[in-house]
Amino acid sequence: MLREQVLHNKSTGKPTFEGKERMEEKILQVEDLQVTFTTFGGVVQAVRGVTFDLHKGETLAIVGESGCGKSVTSNAIMGLIPQPPGKITNGKVVFKGKDLTSFKKSDLRKIQGLDVSMIFQDPMTALNPTMTIGEQLTEGLRTHHKISRVEAKTKAIEMLLLVGISNPSERLNQYPHQFSGGMRQRIVIAIALICEPTLLIADEPTTALDVTIQAQILELFEEIQKKTGVSIILITHDLGVVAKIADRIAVMYAGKIIEIGTKREIFYEPTHPYTKGLLNSVPRLDLVEEELEPIEGTPPDLFAPPAGCAFTARCPYAMEVCNLVYPVATSLSEKHKVDCWLQDERAKGLFN
Amino acid sequence: MTNLKEVEIKDEWFKPKAKNLEKAEMVVRPSLSYWADAWRKLKKNKLAMLGMFFLIFLAIMAIFVPIFSPYLVTATDYPSQNKAPSMTHWFGTDEAGRDVFTRTWYGARISLFVGLMAALIDFFIGIIYGGISGYKGGKVDLIMMRIIEVLYGLPHLLVVILLMVVMGSSLTTIIVALTITGWVGMARIVRGQVLQLKNYEFVTASKSFGAKTSRIIRKNLLPNTMGPIIVQMTLTVPSAIFAEAFLSFLGLGISAPFASWGVMANDALPVILSGHWWRLFFPAFFISLTMFAFNVLGDGLQDALDPKLRG
Amino acid sequence: MIQYIIKRFFMMVLTVLLIATLTFFLMHAIPGSPFDDDRTSNPTIQENLEKYYKLDQPLPVQYANYLKAIVTFDFGPSIKKPNDSVNSLLARGFPISFELGIITILVAVLSGVTLGTLAALRHNGIIDYLAMTFAVIGISIPNFILATLLIQIFAGELKWLPAATWQSPLHMILPTLALATGPMAIIARLTRSSMLEVLTQDYIKMARAKGLKPSRIIIRHALRNAMMPVVTIMGTMLAGILTGTFVIERIFAIPGMGKYFVESINNRDYPVIMGSTVFYSAFLVFMLFLVDIVYGILDPRIKLHKKEGESS
Ligand SMILES: Nc1ncnc2c1ncn2[C@@H]1O[C@H](COP(=O)(O)OP(=O)(O)OP(=O)(O)O)[C@@H](O)[C@H]1O
Ligand code: SF4
Ligand SMILES: [Mg+2]
Repeated sequence: MLREQVLHNKSTGKPTFEGKERMEEKILQVEDLQVTFTTFGGVVQAVRGVTFDLHKGETLAIVGESGCGKSVTSNAIMGLIPQPPGKITNGKVVFKGKDLTSFKKSDLRKIQGLDVSMIFQDPMTALNPTMTIGEQLTEGLRTHHKISRVEAKTKAIEMLLLVGISNPSERLNQYPHQFSGGMRQRIVIAIALICEPTLLIADEPTTALDVTIQAQILELFEEIQKKTGVSIILITHDLGVVAKIADRIAVMYAGKIIEIGTKREIFYEPTHPYTKGLLNSVPRLDLVEEELEPIEGTPPDLFAPPAGCAFTARCPYAMEVCNLVYPVATSLSEKHKVDCWLQDERAKGLFN
Repeated sequence: MTNLKEVEIKDEWFKPKAKNLEKAEMVVRPSLSYWADAWRKLKKNKLAMLGMFFLIFLAIMAIFVPIFSPYLVTATDYPSQNKAPSMTHWFGTDEAGRDVFTRTWYGARISLFVGLMAALIDFFIGIIYGGISGYKGGKVDLIMMRIIEVLYGLPHLLVVILLMVVMGSSLTTIIVALTITGWVGMARIVRGQVLQLKNYEFVTASKSFGAKTSRIIRKNLLPNTMGPIIVQMTLTVPSAIFAEAFLSFLGLGISAPFASWGVMANDALPVILSGHWWRLFFPAFFISLTMFAFNVLGDGLQDALDPKLRG
Repeated sequence: MIQYIIKRFFMMVLTVLLIATLTFFLMHAIPGSPFDDDRTSNPTIQENLEKYYKLDQPLPVQYANYLKAIVTFDFGPSIKKPNDSVNSLLARGFPISFELGIITILVAVLSGVTLGTLAALRHNGIIDYLAMTFAVIGISIPNFILATLLIQIFAGELKWLPAATWQSPLHMILPTLALATGPMAIIARLTRSSMLEVLTQDYIKMARAKGLKPSRIIIRHALRNAMMPVVTIMGTMLAGILTGTFVIERIFAIPGMGKYFVESINNRDYPVIMGSTVFYSAFLVFMLFLVDIVYGILDPRIKLHKKEGESS
């Protein structure tokens, strides 16, 4: 597999969001990340070697079935894997040139919430029911910057306005139950952005919301990205969401990224049989309804994942080689990579 | 990466794979019945099993020791009063020369009897009251629940004490007093479970009413609803045992010459500073161990029967 | 807020009235006169006594008098201690019992919550294991047994602490320990399980993602939420502590209300029994009322006060 040289980025000043430079500067590199959980039933290999990178101002979507390791990947980047039972057994998370996996907890805390922020799936549970919105908004700010209550409050009001909540100064003293679901997600986003992070990880930020609110929240993401230049890792099941705001897409299956490429490449030239299946299993405008077909079967047991391609059992093109050896990564273009034996010379012409 | 470790990739591997072999991968864990599953889980809980074995042992001893002991529970023998444990009196004797060993196991009888009776009677009253309340629903339910709400606010042990004062102290009055106040918790739980069942019946009946429904209710639902009720019963027992001992200790329950652990502890009170440790130790030890056993068994049952925790 | 308090208050009065009535009729259901067993079984003396204690009047009148006594808080004279009124017994005993109760509650809540929290934070670790073993044992030992054992060990064998009475802080250690261990164990277990539950909540994850210090996450974010189930069981717990004071005061010869109450039970001093029962119940019900209000304060979702601008 390709193993790129770690890029050490020396610039630590305030990010500049102008010009072409924007898409080139790498702010995050995840390399061969492996995460396991020790449970009563055995060791779950939740993430089994994930590699990708992320540029400034870019939105990378990670898609895949439930349980494929999307959340674990994002928690590992954030340094939020509960240890024990979890453990990062291998790999690096290089953020602005520094490997976060080697950080002490206290050093990690200086990055969490300040440089890297996170948004969770369910806005109904992501806010503490016993604390006011104001306190939840400002506590991160007041932890990272030694600023006064009044300054923090001003900033909080500014953030609430940014995410589209009216009457912010009164709202600050209210509790989460006094807001609707969509408003709560806006507040969660405001909390995540209040320290002006360089990287925002959104773990299924719209799954729990109804469709109209979803659209509003996605627009909010775009708007905020334009304003602040934040890089976003967006985790989702929902390819509709991906189509809307992602620049690049990584498809995960059983703890690995099996295909990654630009949105265009993944949507129009999907190469991995799983990616194709995934695209066929969701309603799209250019497909008639009857062509929809869910992928049959279930993902493999992550207690004992197969040595070869984990999709073998469900793959319509599976070959003898597939479950014996893991396929080599093939680069189809500068940004498009896929892990599948079908790309091997010897498989050409086998299926048609 | 690692899985590529110079494995030679043979050309003949590149041919379509026989599909049917893969189906074998989806082995489903044999689905055990609710009770078998609960029992399997309970067996894994060492402490709960230990508690259960101790209780069985206690029951056997409680039944047989007073029968086969050479001493009568009430038999006084003043010349050999306050004797330390010895070969003739294994747990020593009390101030009237009564055999503490025999009295301890007699006390176990009383405790177990009170505990089990209280749990059983609570169960029946609870089933009837909670069942009616949950089944009838509407106004009846509302009124019945209001009554429970008020009763719930009463300080139970205080009411029990009053009842004991009025009814006079005996084993029967203890059980009556305990159940007059004790059924409320059970009734609440039963009502909740009945509501669940009713809800389910309603849903399935409106969809399709086949022979299957009754089977589902019998096989899945009834056991599920019985779970909390059984747990509640297991936890009623130690609290009833405590209440009996408490009352007897206050002089409101069983009284000397008959023995209950509470009475024995009460009798030992004046002499605890004079070195007659066995007078207090044995009843104290066994009452604590018994309550401990019921508590860990109750905890174990709670884990084993909890439908939420079922894998 | 007002509406909520009024509703709770109404329930409170109802409960006290119920107990008072229950007590009254139960006491009068006892056959014979309370003076039957007195040495002076001379009929005229008995009659005079009954007249003095107004026991010769018809039941409804007695009931009315009794309710009046409750409202005016004047429970009349004691039968067996002619020099004492019920009021004076209560006035003498209550402060001591109250002191014992309050110290017990403080000890139980503070140490129970600490222990439960530590156990949850070290889930499946040694501290967790030890704390929970201690808790099950603590729940299993009846308070009066523990009291006698403590006396035997610390006063009898080791002679470190006084065995009885309520004079100095040193005297208070054993009774408080005996009375607080059970509630403490229950609180520790409950705190642990509710803390474990709270720690898996998204808002805790979110607090971690903000880079907050662990101490702040535990104290500010987790503890308050984890305390709610603990507050719910406070009612039962208070009742347990209250009845616990009866035995504890008896064992340690503490001159509190519980001691007088038990004495009055043993020598059938009906006015004292009735007076104390009503007082105890009223006190307990009032404490439950306070607990409800505390719960309302802890959980902003309970609408104690209506605010404008609420959505949803
Ligand atoms: N704390 C944990 N202990 C044990 N196993 C865990 C833990 N957290 C995650 N896992 C396991 O790791 C695997 C990946 O989980 P993850 O939450 O990343 O999936 P996901 O892709 O986010 O799924 P979803 O779309 O449902 O959120 C799952 O098999 C899960 O069982
Ligand atoms: S490697 Fe083989 S099994 Fe896996 S996706 Fe490609 S063809 Fe299918
Ligand atoms: Mg997830």
